Amino acid sequence: MTIEGGPRPEDEVIRARQKARARIMAWLLAAFIILLFFITIAKMGLHK
Amino acid sequence: MMNPAVLPADWRDLYALTKPGVMRLVVFTALCGLLAAPVMPPAVIGFTAILCIALGAGAAGALNQWYEVDLDAKMRRTANRPLPAGRVDRQTALHFGVGLGAFSVIFMGLAANVLAAALLAASILFYVLIYTVWLKRRTAQNIVIGGAAGAFPPLVGWVAATGHISLLPVLLFAIIFLWTPPHFWALSLFVRSDYAAANVPMMPVVAGIQATRRQIAIYSVIMAVAAIAPWPLHLAGAIYGVAAAILGAIFVAISLLVLANTATEPKLMKPEKRLFAFSILYLFVLFGALVADRWLVA
Repeated sequence: MTIEGGPRPEDEVIRARQKARARIMAWLLAAFIILLFFITIAKMGLHK
Repeated sequence: MMNPAVLPADWRDLYALTKPGVMRLVVFTALCGLLAAPVMPPAVIGFTAILCIALGAGAAGALNQWYEVDLDAKMRRTANRPLPAGRVDRQTALHFGVGLGAFSVIFMGLAANVLAAALLAASILFYVLIYTVWLKRRTAQNIVIGGAAGAFPPLVGWVAATGHISLLPVLLFAIIFLWTPPHFWALSLFVRSDYAAANVPMMPVVAGIQATRRQIAIYSVIMAVAAIAPWPLHLAGAIYGVAAAILGAIFVAISLLVLANTATEPKLMKPEKRLFAFSILYLFVLFGALVADRWLVA
């Protein structure tokens, strides 16, 4: 049973999963940017 | 109880869609293909190429599970995968697979070269369209032809490093191509009832157990010979050649034990289980020996 007007257990599970996925996505994006930076440096070295 | 299908997929289930177990072997053989190449790209490019191959393999795995959800639900071994268990919906799996595949190919093209990206795309499409969609439900030769998809990684790794195809990576492709039937048929012998229940025409279901055992022995001999070939062709040195000869002899010996076995009950199929386990070790050690040969001799 839930208190009327309060968050349902479903909402909490959904929010927890969204939060976990958003956190992982943020880390992956950060890693991707860092990787792109180093690839650019390496490519510039190759074309010297 | 909550319906899991209405929930956003858990990241662990999306990760499981990529078949991480299979990916380990893909990454290892790709890395060996790259490290065996005569020229080394900058470390970050090599790392990115291997990452793209892993992501491409993950995409192929996800798309395979997206298409085979009905089969997976019928087989005990696969019934608890995220899709048949209802933890991920099909649309999410499709978007995830297509997105990951497209990203891996584009990124490979940008970081390494276009030929490596084209080969990566071909391997994903081959696994999904030729093996999963076309062959798997139609012919007992599914794993023979479909095995080509799993043979691409060392070729892609080599091409990512060099930019071109030569004889050694083609031989590495052939070794995995010939390794796949005995590896999968050994497994399909002791999970035969699963494949029969799902109406998948795997060799033991269609041709029978003894015919499959004969095929395993024949392919094992051809594979063992093909694996030694780089040595007399002067494409690899003695470290690789001796390792390939010893490993091949063990592989063939176990395949002969499989051939001699007459059991039809999975619990009595010890040689088959041993061959399946050894076949994985075989590939790891063989490719490891190739890299050791290249780097220690160099």
